Amino acid sequence: MNTGFWASTRAILQKDFQAEFRGRELISVMLVFALMSVLVFSFALELDRLARREAVAGVLWVTVVFASVLGLNRSMNQERDSGAMDALLLAPIPRSAIFAGKFLANYAFTLFVGALLLPVMTVLYNVTMITPYSVIVLLLGVWGICTVGTLLSAMTSQARGGEALLPIVLLPVALPVIMASVRATTGILTGAPIADWEGWLPIMAGIALFYSVVCAFAFAFVVEE
Amino acid sequence: MTTTERPIIDIENLTKTYGFLPVLRGVSFQVQRGEFVALLGANGSGKSTLLKLLCGLTQPTNGKIAVGGWQMPQEARAVRSQIGLVSHKSLIYPTLTGYENLAFFARLYGITPNANALNALLESVGLRKAGTRPARTYSRGMMQRLSIARALLPNPHLLLLDEPYTGLDQEASHALDALLQDTHGAGHTLIMTSHDLASVARLAKRIIIINKGKVAHDAPNEGLSPLALAELYAHATGERFNG
Repeated sequence: MNTGFWASTRAILQKDFQAEFRGRELISVMLVFALMSVLVFSFALELDRLARREAVAGVLWVTVVFASVLGLNRSMNQERDSGAMDALLLAPIPRSAIFAGKFLANYAFTLFVGALLLPVMTVLYNVTMITPYSVIVLLLGVWGICTVGTLLSAMTSQARGGEALLPIVLLPVALPVIMASVRATTGILTGAPIADWEGWLPIMAGIALFYSVVCAFAFAFVVEE
Repeated sequence: MTTTERPIIDIENLTKTYGFLPVLRGVSFQVQRGEFVALLGANGSGKSTLLKLLCGLTQPTNGKIAVGGWQMPQEARAVRSQIGLVSHKSLIYPTLTGYENLAFFARLYGITPNANALNALLESVGLRKAGTRPARTYSRGMMQRLSIARALLPNPHLLLLDEPYTGLDQEASHALDALLQDTHGAGHTLIMTSHDLASVARLAKRIIIINKGKVAHDAPNEGLSPLALAELYAHATGERFNG
């Protein structure tokens, strides 16, 4: 008896939430790192008001990317350490459902951390970070980073020293998403005319969609020997 | 069981190489339904690779594998629901409780997680009370029993056991013996790799010895003692058994 895509995806997502609720191994580490990072940047960048508005988007995305690397590494290592990935691969489910379940969990955790950063950075940097558009950019940017990050973490977790390897392979591949996210966020936070930055949103959505399809397809080849 | 029955496993001239390193070199044998087969061999002889090939976790370089009449790896997805795997790794999520682990894997196998059925399964491996505790608090023996419960969850025709005795103390080994005997008695086909000659001699009904990627011995276990099994191993491979 084979289990369908959505039922398998939902089961894996639910399992990751349940494991995180029990162990608090991902979000706690991601959150502490993210808060320390924005705090250090706020002391390091003693800038005037305008320069701060321009720099704060970069601080946000650097923090989100590296926090997501921590989460992605831990999430995939949970599957590898006890050999549970083999149990998932043995189950009569589509490989793409394993990818989708892991991706959605990583996306939710990273988004949670990113969403918490917005009010914290508003206070620390005295810049209004919470706007409908900055939330949309966060949703799209994290989507793009987590799709490619889930695939690459599945690859690097099989290698010796894989935790150190993930940022090295992830950053070049995710660069288009990171660049578009920083540009769009800078435009929003500096109050630039909407026409100056709105073009980045469909680009981000397109990249996220492209990565989602390619990564879901490639996942089966990555996890099988 | 009759010999005219279609074998549950049919392996023909199977080869597997990793890069330029040949691991299996022309392995052929059949396993009938309800058999309990022990695979013996030195480390690196290809036993674990053979189990991985049987459950579709890796692909053969050449040759044919059929499990339950399905061709591997082309029809691997159909085969997966008929196979349970117990490895020296637990294949269990340590942060989840024993019960939650079983409920999760039940969903993956399209089984509605029924509390009575899951508790009965936990009971059958002696973990009914411990089922509410996170698996990370389990001993190695308890973890292995939970792993067997997970493998038996979809009621598979074929149970593959890769070094299930690794790291178990004597008491846990005896408990595992009893559990495997019960499982075999219930009609499951079992294939086990092990370095524990005492358990192999006691439980397995057929011994296959793999040496340098080839079948060096394949015969029924006619009440061999562990010592006789060690001698048989030395005769078949030309090497002393390192258990």
